[in-house]
Amino acid sequence: MEYDVDVTIIGAGVTGAAIARELSKYELRVMVLEKEEDVCSGTSKANSAIVHAGYDAMPGTWKAKMNVLGAKRIRELSKTLDFPYLQNGSMVVSFSPEDHEKLEALLERGRENGVEGLEILSGEQARALEPALGSNVAEALLVPTGGIVCPFQLTLALAENAAENGVVFRFLTKVTKIDKDVEGFLLHTEVTDSNGTITKRNIKTHYVVNAAGVYADQLHNDVSGEAHKITLVPRRGEYVLMDKEAGTLVKHTIFQLPTELGKGVLVTPTVHGNLLVGPNAVDLSDKTDTGTTPEGIDDIKKRALLSVPEIPYALTITSFSGLRAHELQDDFILSECPDAPGFFDAAGIESPGLSSAPAIGEYITSLLVKKADCPKKKEFKAERKGFIEVSKLPMEKRNELIKKNPKYGVIVCRCENVSEGEILDAIHRPLGAVSLDGIKRRVRQGMGRCQAGFCTPRTMEILSKELHIPMEAVTKNRPGSEIIKG
Amino acid sequence: MEYHELIVIGGGPAGLAAAESAYEQGVRDILLLERDVRLGGILNQCIHNGFGLHTFHEELTGPEYAARFEKKILDHTISYKLNCIVADINAQREVTYINEEEGTVTVKAGAVILAMGCRERPRGALNLPGYRPAGIFTAGTAQRLMNIEGYMVGKEVVILGSGDIGLIMARRMTLEGANVKVVAELMPYSGGLKRNIVQCLNDYDIPLKLSHTVVKIHGKDRVTGITLAEVGPDRRPVPGSEEYYSCDTLLLSCGLIPENELSKSAGITLSRITNGPEVSDNLETSVPGIFACGNVLHVHDLVDFVSEEAARAGANAADFIRRGNTRSRDKAIAIKASGGVRYTVPQTLDPAQMADEVVVRFRVSDVYQNKRLNVYYDNELVHSAKKRIVAPGEMEQVVLKKESFRDKHVSEIRIQLEEAGKGEA
Repeated sequence: MEYDVDVTIIGAGVTGAAIARELSKYELRVMVLEKEEDVCSGTSKANSAIVHAGYDAMPGTWKAKMNVLGAKRIRELSKTLDFPYLQNGSMVVSFSPEDHEKLEALLERGRENGVEGLEILSGEQARALEPALGSNVAEALLVPTGGIVCPFQLTLALAENAAENGVVFRFLTKVTKIDKDVEGFLLHTEVTDSNGTITKRNIKTHYVVNAAGVYADQLHNDVSGEAHKITLVPRRGEYVLMDKEAGTLVKHTIFQLPTELGKGVLVTPTVHGNLLVGPNAVDLSDKTDTGTTPEGIDDIKKRALLSVPEIPYALTITSFSGLRAHELQDDFILSECPDAPGFFDAAGIESPGLSSAPAIGEYITSLLVKKADCPKKKEFKAERKGFIEVSKLPMEKRNELIKKNPKYGVIVCRCENVSEGEILDAIHRPLGAVSLDGIKRRVRQGMGRCQAGFCTPRTMEILSKELHIPMEAVTKNRPGSEIIKG
Repeated sequence: MEYHELIVIGGGPAGLAAAESAYEQGVRDILLLERDVRLGGILNQCIHNGFGLHTFHEELTGPEYAARFEKKILDHTISYKLNCIVADINAQREVTYINEEEGTVTVKAGAVILAMGCRERPRGALNLPGYRPAGIFTAGTAQRLMNIEGYMVGKEVVILGSGDIGLIMARRMTLEGANVKVVAELMPYSGGLKRNIVQCLNDYDIPLKLSHTVVKIHGKDRVTGITLAEVGPDRRPVPGSEEYYSCDTLLLSCGLIPENELSKSAGITLSRITNGPEVSDNLETSVPGIFACGNVLHVHDLVDFVSEEAARAGANAADFIRRGNTRSRDKAIAIKASGGVRYTVPQTLDPAQMADEVVVRFRVSDVYQNKRLNVYYDNELVHSAKKRIVAPGEMEQVVLKKESFRDKHVSEIRIQLEEAGKGEA
């Protein structure tokens, strides 16, 4: 029987991308299927963008193991794959002296998980480091190895590098059903073209890696019997993002020790200099319900004030929500499906999933290559050059660049200072952007305070010209989200 | 470092009028920097008429109005750069700009006029709940796509906010064949001009729902509908008042924000009410030699007033260039807005150094009927005018004369609304 590929990864979020990159080190034909038009279009695009240090997960769990190693890998990869990462440190603040023991327990757990440099600070010491903390902050666990990352750039870095090393990505390709085959699997897919027309196509693959986010249970349960079914609950988290003017309010990521009011929300700078507040946690039944609610937004705004009382909400530039793939056992599922050999799950990947991604990539790859018994490639290109950020360059460098390519001197997005040259890069790099959201996630066009009010028409023109599509076909994201309707 | 006597930032109506006026006052070394591909700013997309009634005593379209000023710039051969974005200004009046030909360049100016205009408040800043599909536009973005690029943005439209651009777009989209179902306004009054409500909504039977807001945006790829609800006096939705409108487009016209990121980088003091620089009677900001005018200073209703204000800024900048930084700053009197007056521009005035007449513009914070607008110098009532109706959507003004301060020692000017006397109503 002819197989189209050796390994099919379902899902091009951060987990799928990390696995793809690891697998691309081996002599395997790897394909990634993604139902959206771009990488990083589900849970990976809407989260806290935190690289957790790893003190939170219970020792011995997958979450604990993957988080600590993953965070270490992200630090290393930020250099080899050139994406924005900052080790800004985190703090877990408590609001009552009686909570000292809880902080101690967290510290102990962190040490057991292998997190270094943990320390409990008094309220004064914490406020000395973070003057914006409220006077009600009793103590704080300082976590120097906590970090922040751009989740889009992290995912893109992994995916682009995987693509450069031979992994094939297929977008707008939804896996609707999986049949077990003699020595592998038959994937039934639906491919949507730019007109929204759906074509059915089958793919034969030896191995499947299930990295389908909130949909991973459906795929798993397609191949697995009653005894091994899994259930993922989409758990929504809402966020409020503030202007860069508010971005220096805190330096550390400020977590709250859970109180009787709930798990607490975080206040953090983003790696791009904005201020982010959130999330809440609401379990849903609809796996597509990424809407925001007035109650949810009000709730996180109010609760964030508990730790940082003077958050300038008037500087809000957007709110959003994302869905976590919550597994009922509260841990990642990282294993070969017991009753479907060759089907590997990376399921239930919720927080600290972003932090864990590179470690999950390594682990799933180790399982798969052992089974496939395949050698490493002789040539693997480990490094990748990130996006040029013109506005971050020193003046001479910037002028050199503009001299070479004047498009880097044409500023399209005035809020984030994004040039036409950078937008062209976003479109023409490997796995280039095909939508406005794709450009936004790659180079931050439209990410600023006017939220693309001024630059939408110009960016649409560039997309239309470069992709040779009419203006009417330019989309916000997937087909059906066309901007012009006339 | 290259030097220019005057650098004007922004080539919209404010920048054009400011440059032209400075030229008339004898300044020859002027550099105007514009970020777009053409001069004229937002006027280029305002293809409706109603511009110029005050300035030219005739009714022009936006592009026609802009062309009159552009012609003067061209006739005077005032230098300007297009596609040129200013990245930074500092208090030493050093301006850093970027463009395709020159890269990043820093130039020094004798005086700077800020004329960067304003931006629209986006959906995110309004915290509108629901999904984030395509089909949500600020009114100005939709206007640009329609009037400059020539594309229709939708067929079934709901508009949130009754700012002037939203009202204009309600008519524009109707004329292009769209079905504009409703304009919802959070406040109990419109934020737009009365004449626009009549000409753009009433004439086309488009309902205006005051005290209403969007409580949910439906549709995952493209907008499929909007739920509106009535809001109570606390501006919170009233449960049970929800109404669903099927539509493919939501336009937002919920306020304009002066674009003062550059002013902040220069360390200029901004007003928390106008979001624009605080200025003295000569439209100079807190940083000597940096002047502001137009919508970057405070949001105007009529371009005619922008041009008039900008001409004053241009003349005052010319004066600064001629005489140097000789104006004393310690004798300025605060102009206090009170009793329903939200703010004034300028915020301070110096009787000794002021022009013969200074226009003080302001907005009120609510709709008021049968009031008197009173101006006090300390406790002395110096001016009083009957106001049958005043509304936040219509900018008001008083003119203060230099001679009115003669032989007086005034420590505060107060502009306030008061009850009209009995028998007046």
